[in-house]
Amino acid sequence: MAASLASLHRCCQRSALLLVARRQAFSSSSSPLPLHKRLLLSLTQRFYDVEMVLGWRFQRTRNKLRKKNAYYSYTEKYYGPNIASAYYILSLRGGFRYFGQSEWFHADQRGKFSWDFLNYKDLPLEEVDMSYTVINYTGLVNLEKHRSLRTLKLKGCPEVDDWFLARLHIFQDSLEELDISHCPRITTGGLAALRNLKGLKRLNVSSLSGISNPGLVVILLEEMLPHCLITATGYNYNMWQAEGEGKEEQRQRQR
Amino acid sequence: MTAWRWLHVKVRAAGGLLTSRGLRHGHTRLNGPLMLCQNLSTARPLRNDFFKDLEAQLAAMRRKAAEALPGSSWSPVKHHSNLPPERTDIVIVGGGVVGWSIAYWLKQKELIRGGVQVLVVEKDPTYSQASTVLSAGGIRQQFSLPENIHLSLASADFMRNINEHLGVLDEDPVDLQFNQSGYLFLASEEVAHIMEENYSTQRYAGAKVSLFSPTQLKERFPWINTEGVALASYGLENEGWFDPWTLLNAFKRKALSMGVIQCCGEVTNFRYTTNVVTATDGEQLDMSRIKSVRVQMPNSLEYQPVECAIVVNAAGAFSGKLAEMLGIGLGPKNSMKGIPVPVEPRKRYVFVVHCPDGPGLDTPFLIDYSGVYCRREGLGGNYIAGASPEEAEEPDTSNLEVDYQFFEDKVWPALAHRVPAFEKLKVTSAWAGFYDYNTFDQNGIIGVHPLINNMYFATGFSGHGLQHSPAVGRALAELILEGNFKTVDLSNFSFRRILAQEPVLERNIV
Repeated sequence: MAASLASLHRCCQRSALLLVARRQAFSSSSSPLPLHKRLLLSLTQRFYDVEMVLGWRFQRTRNKLRKKNAYYSYTEKYYGPNIASAYYILSLRGGFRYFGQSEWFHADQRGKFSWDFLNYKDLPLEEVDMSYTVINYTGLVNLEKHRSLRTLKLKGCPEVDDWFLARLHIFQDSLEELDISHCPRITTGGLAALRNLKGLKRLNVSSLSGISNPGLVVILLEEMLPHCLITATGYNYNMWQAEGEGKEEQRQRQR
Repeated sequence: MTAWRWLHVKVRAAGGLLTSRGLRHGHTRLNGPLMLCQNLSTARPLRNDFFKDLEAQLAAMRRKAAEALPGSSWSPVKHHSNLPPERTDIVIVGGGVVGWSIAYWLKQKELIRGGVQVLVVEKDPTYSQASTVLSAGGIRQQFSLPENIHLSLASADFMRNINEHLGVLDEDPVDLQFNQSGYLFLASEEVAHIMEENYSTQRYAGAKVSLFSPTQLKERFPWINTEGVALASYGLENEGWFDPWTLLNAFKRKALSMGVIQCCGEVTNFRYTTNVVTATDGEQLDMSRIKSVRVQMPNSLEYQPVECAIVVNAAGAFSGKLAEMLGIGLGPKNSMKGIPVPVEPRKRYVFVVHCPDGPGLDTPFLIDYSGVYCRREGLGGNYIAGASPEEAEEPDTSNLEVDYQFFEDKVWPALAHRVPAFEKLKVTSAWAGFYDYNTFDQNGIIGVHPLINNMYFATGFSGHGLQHSPAVGRALAELILEGNFKTVDLSNFSFRRILAQEPVLERNIV
């Protein structure tokens, strides 16, 4: 009995040792993995399902964007193009000013706005501030009728790209001030499209992350738009300072 | 009852036999400590090993048997790993931008995943002679045929949303490096009326184009010499140039991710059947149907016949040669079979010049009525220029050598006359590329061949294949999968016009 007990004891000891050895050899098999790793492991076995789900999510954000930037034809039909544009701007949380008026209409933080803008049915828009909104190429169709638009602010718009800038030729006779600073999707190829805006007096191209050599581009822009005051801050022009304190150089020139 | 239990046990045993090794591992993992005790005895592991080996052998046998079943591509002879599959639904001959665009759209339009099996055959994976990557990469809307304008508009729309179409999950977004600069066409006195007509066609089709008088032109572009210019037309939107290589690779990457099979090889022959059909006017016609395509491997004698239902001829400059393999153009004169596919390679030179005093960021894609064009390349004062040679002076197409004398004689004088700043320039480099030149009417041939009822053409674009590739791919995929054109009606570009000898000509000012 004692012998058998001793042998059982030895057996258990050995098995315990072996268990430890096994743990080291196949650590994934014996001890359960942390939850997140197991989750990722099971997700890798479902690549196409994950791809599909991510595709749906992508499509959903795209549809949302499309819906927001849709053509407000119904409003335009019943209230006229001015109200339609104003409503479009306010629902995207932008702001605007009617022609000849001093009062600005703005949507607040939560997207609420007063409906007083309905009183100015016959006035076109003069200044539009679409900073930090999701306006894109298709949304521009809502502003197309305002041939007297003087100022357009598009600071920090994530959906403003080169094609959008090319479309701005619709305001070529009236636009005087354009702010496209902090738009991440604008590249040099799109800035060439600003040549159509002959009457431009003020242009802000600060902090465009898509531009590779901003110094040269700003010089070429100044050459292209000789009557325009170009503001370009937020670029590090000096090559040797790039690794140092990263001091931002301010540049304003008029030619 | 006992019989039933016995059967149950047997099924369980069979299940054990059929389980793969991976599953068995999972089983041992679950009962880890229990198995350990078993490991201490000496007899069991031997038996276990024996069964394991047997199982592995059985699994291998099963795999082999499954592979040898009809319907799989297994063969007892060891072969080239890059061989195309033995059978597929659609073979696209030519892996240029048009070929890959068709492959993408076919996959895009298939109703279920893997519904259409598409094979793209390209003979030169480095694209050293491909028209796609050797072009100037421009897109314009200033055509005179509404079909061409619509193709351009649809392609521009595609490029605008390129990441919605060609974005691949977990890969970098596509950056076409699109340069939003318009085309500027200059017309002389004699051709100004054509430009005006084209302008109204373009406006009607929805293109954003404006006309300039010489004074307005001088005001907008002070560096242009307006001598001899009567009218200019300038594209405001959706025009410019981009990187052809990026577009090609984006199409390819997306198509491959959707399951298109790529094959590097050359189509050397077809196997086809021919039926003699009597037409209503009594003419005897040979109707052919392609059964398989022979794909020759590069640098080897190996080849693979690929059985297929449909062949798409997107071989660009060499599509005429491809059709000749089927006897098109070799029949007797005055018969349908005697009319060749009027596409042949034409060599065009592109010269890169450096001119520090040249026009700046607002340089358009300038096309003079003398046939000379130029555009900006990058920001460092480099420009691309070229011209189309006259019909009688077409250069030899056997190689891609550049004739620098052509620049001295033909391009430079006209260019320097139009833009005086180009008096002082230096040619830094040059290259030559092939046009898939349609000698009949310089427009694309899109559609099925009337005598070969499963060969579709998408060729002969004569220089605008790259810019129209997204829309052409979609149109051809519609034609193949849905039976007719849905978005842009391109029936005027079908093969019928060549048989009827009715050219659909572009009214160009050049």
